[in-house]
Amino acid sequence: MVSIRSVPSTPSSLTPNDLPWIIKHNENRCTLCGRCTSVCPVGAIKLNYMRKRMPRIVLSSSERGSSYKTFVGIRQRTDPAHRCIGCGTCSMVCPNEAIAPAPNANDDRFRFHTNQKGEPAKRGGRRNVPGASLLDRMIFNRISMLTDPALDAGRHEFQLNTLLGRVLPPEEYLRRKMSGEWIPPTREIFPFIIGSMSFGALSPNMWLGLLQGVAYCNEVLGIPVVMATGEGGCPPWVLKSPFLKYIILQIASGYFGWDEIIRAIPDMQCEPAAIEIKYGQGAKPGDGGLLMWFKVSKLIARLRGVPEGVDLPSPPDHQTLYSIEESVMKMIQSMSMAWDFKVPVYPKISGSTSAKAVLNNLVRNPYASGLLIDGVDGGTGAAYNVSMDAMGHPIASNVRECYLDLCAQGKQNEIPLFAAGGVGKNGNITQNGLALIMLGASGVHIGKYIMQAAAGCLGSERNRCNVCNIGLCPKGITSQNPKLYRRLDPDQVAERVAETFMSIRTEMKKILAPLGRSQSLPIGMSDAMGIEDKDVADKLKIQYVC
Amino acid sequence: MCRLALKTANEPFSPFDVLQAMEAMQEGYDGSGLGLLLRGMEFADFKYETKNPILSGIAHTEKALHRLNTFMQDKGFDLKYDHEFDIDAASIEAKDRHKYFLRVYKLPASWSSFNEEQVESELMMTRLALRRDGESNDNDLTVFSFWPDVAMIKEVGWPLGVGEALGLDAGRIKSRICMAQGRQNTNWGINLYACHPFFIQGIGTMTNGENTAFIPIRDWLTGTHFPGYIGYQSDSEVFAHILHYVIKQLKLPLEAYKHVITPLKTEELIEHPQGEFLRGLRDVCRRLIIDGPNCVMASLPDETSMLVMDAKKLRPATIGGKPGEWAMASEMCGVDAMIPDRDRSLDFMPMREHTIIVPPDRQEFQIWSQFDQFPLPQAA
Ligand code: SF4
Ligand code: SF4
Repeated sequence: MVSIRSVPSTPSSLTPNDLPWIIKHNENRCTLCGRCTSVCPVGAIKLNYMRKRMPRIVLSSSERGSSYKTFVGIRQRTDPAHRCIGCGTCSMVCPNEAIAPAPNANDDRFRFHTNQKGEPAKRGGRRNVPGASLLDRMIFNRISMLTDPALDAGRHEFQLNTLLGRVLPPEEYLRRKMSGEWIPPTREIFPFIIGSMSFGALSPNMWLGLLQGVAYCNEVLGIPVVMATGEGGCPPWVLKSPFLKYIILQIASGYFGWDEIIRAIPDMQCEPAAIEIKYGQGAKPGDGGLLMWFKVSKLIARLRGVPEGVDLPSPPDHQTLYSIEESVMKMIQSMSMAWDFKVPVYPKISGSTSAKAVLNNLVRNPYASGLLIDGVDGGTGAAYNVSMDAMGHPIASNVRECYLDLCAQGKQNEIPLFAAGGVGKNGNITQNGLALIMLGASGVHIGKYIMQAAAGCLGSERNRCNVCNIGLCPKGITSQNPKLYRRLDPDQVAERVAETFMSIRTEMKKILAPLGRSQSLPIGMSDAMGIEDKDVADKLKIQYVC
Repeated sequence: MCRLALKTANEPFSPFDVLQAMEAMQEGYDGSGLGLLLRGMEFADFKYETKNPILSGIAHTEKALHRLNTFMQDKGFDLKYDHEFDIDAASIEAKDRHKYFLRVYKLPASWSSFNEEQVESELMMTRLALRRDGESNDNDLTVFSFWPDVAMIKEVGWPLGVGEALGLDAGRIKSRICMAQGRQNTNWGINLYACHPFFIQGIGTMTNGENTAFIPIRDWLTGTHFPGYIGYQSDSEVFAHILHYVIKQLKLPLEAYKHVITPLKTEELIEHPQGEFLRGLRDVCRRLIIDGPNCVMASLPDETSMLVMDAKKLRPATIGGKPGEWAMASEMCGVDAMIPDRDRSLDFMPMREHTIIVPPDRQEFQIWSQFDQFPLPQAA
């Protein structure tokens, strides 16, 4: 046996079998074109000269016993920084289907070595919990066709929109109308909202594609879709364009991009759809935004008012203020004032057992326009693994408890609740969204789903890809590197956005028609739903079915 | 599906006339029940004074009747008249009907200082107290209404059969308005409180069809904590409560009801002369938007009657008649049975945007459209 010292073996030495993804390479098909190695975002594979022995039986002593053959092959790198992320870009570019990543069926050992140099693992993307989500398991079982003439999803008209903005109690509305007082602004919008993803986290092409798609949905398809910016501002040309009305501007604890926004106010042609004040994010509660230096390009640096190429961590909370109550109050008021009390202003918080406390605070704040709760399954551009994996609160029970709390106070029509976090994470976008709506949400925010559907994001709950944080997005969705983001054609993204929302609209009708609902969005219609899990049914106060 | 019939006439008539209309429309229901609301009362053997409230309901046991008597006495109500039904008990399916009561009371002397609103509130609280009393005693007491000039009867069985069994064909009770509903409560267990018409503070409504938006509406009404917004054994009860809310709490005109339960679409409101106000009204009353196929008939304390459809007109209805006498029914043959000698060419089947209002003088009915100008200072 060879002494172990002659083989390079360190504590973090891994073999391909220890990694989450193993590259299967078929040498017989490989033409050595080199496309895969050049395209691999993390440099996980390399073309290598390799040598193999060709044993031969020789009888004469003048000849050598074996000869050696040199060949070129693909090798998978096994150091943690260069492990394969399973994105599959190599197989996408391979002309001969010679290469593809395969998930490792064994438990990988890689996970114990992701903390090189004492820096815990970070990633972008998602929480990585495969399998049917709780929302996927909900079924709509109150079929009214049995007793009444059925609605026809293709023929009848359906009112599918929701309201974003504070709604007064009817008595108060009539009183204020009579005395000519201020009526809080509301927006009639499609209940599936493109959730906050910043200009910075997303590539310029992705952002442009989304905005084009949103504009098309509004102006051509008649689907009033809005999208939220996330922290980091909004390109000045958008701020001064008529498209601003489709945009929810986010202000977060880093206040990035707000110089530009405030400066643009006098030149705005229309008001933004709303202002979202970010207090928390479901994927990493208690953590501020993080734009890693890889992504702070010249453009981003200008928009955010920072030097190029530095990490941009936002503080966990709005540090200038003393308490959440005070913070919520002051910020909502100042933001409302900036737009003359004509734009709804609402906070976004991470799912939490304390969500109700924030909600009750908002109920008493006459300027608060809603509450967005982002559940534990929410996505992010960058976060520590531990935050993403272990922190947060699932959205379903959080939003349900808040809704029932509002019902008890008779306020459920006044402060709309929006839910986010894992909506459509397994593709069942409309079903997931409507389930949350029937639990009491006025609408849902979708991020990962729209990246997957509209731009072909490769991420999956089995930790495929998820390197959005380091600016190497193989699809050009979350990269600021022109070489990468040029891969993404904004027109094609826009087309997919339109297709996605058209299909959500049709699916909504397909669900609502059998339930006999067409006149208003079935917010809180909990009698329409069941789940094959007694504990969940009890907790959510819906039916247990089996 | 249920059948609805409403007749309103200047001359009091027997509820049996309306039951015959129910018979004409019999194909549509299963005879699972009958609900009647009579308004503008006239008793053959009693000179009724319209300011005195009438208590309608059923005492299922002697004990319950006794408790009722004691309760009313203790409250200071003075029993003026106790209508004795000529009952043929054998023809009534249910066997626990100790006594149907339809009693006229004089208000307690202590109420004389109350204003109108307080009296209305106290009458409702009295009805609710009696209802609660029945519910906490094994449902041995059912109270349908307690209001001046209104009587209600609800029973399980075939409408005409129930009418005969209760002796309604004898003409001892007459009224100027009669609302009748043949109940087919497919969605819920048999419960007399689930039977139309529904009543709250003088307002009565009845519906056919299914209100699929019931739960969110119920949750919202319950959240107002108004004591009368309870029950909800039927998804249609909310129609009465919404009408009550619109008229009594928001103090809006009757026309607003339609704008609340089936608001116009945004595109339509943009064109509407008071679109901005109505859009706001729709948003603030969003949780009261009804859904599903429904035709709603209602009558109000001043003897106004009303008819509206759901927003898709999935349940049609017809109104017909002549000055002084009008009939509405979910089937045209029902109108025929109630007022055969009318000019049929003047019959009207309202569309989704219409509210039909028969005012107390009953000279003609008004067709009011949601697209019309809305008569309200707030909307100006
Ligand atoms: S799957 Fe992606 S990360 Fe893995 S080798 Fe191929 S290109 Fe590189
Ligand atoms: S494809 Fe891009 S956006 Fe999607 S997971 Fe990979 S890096 Fe993130």
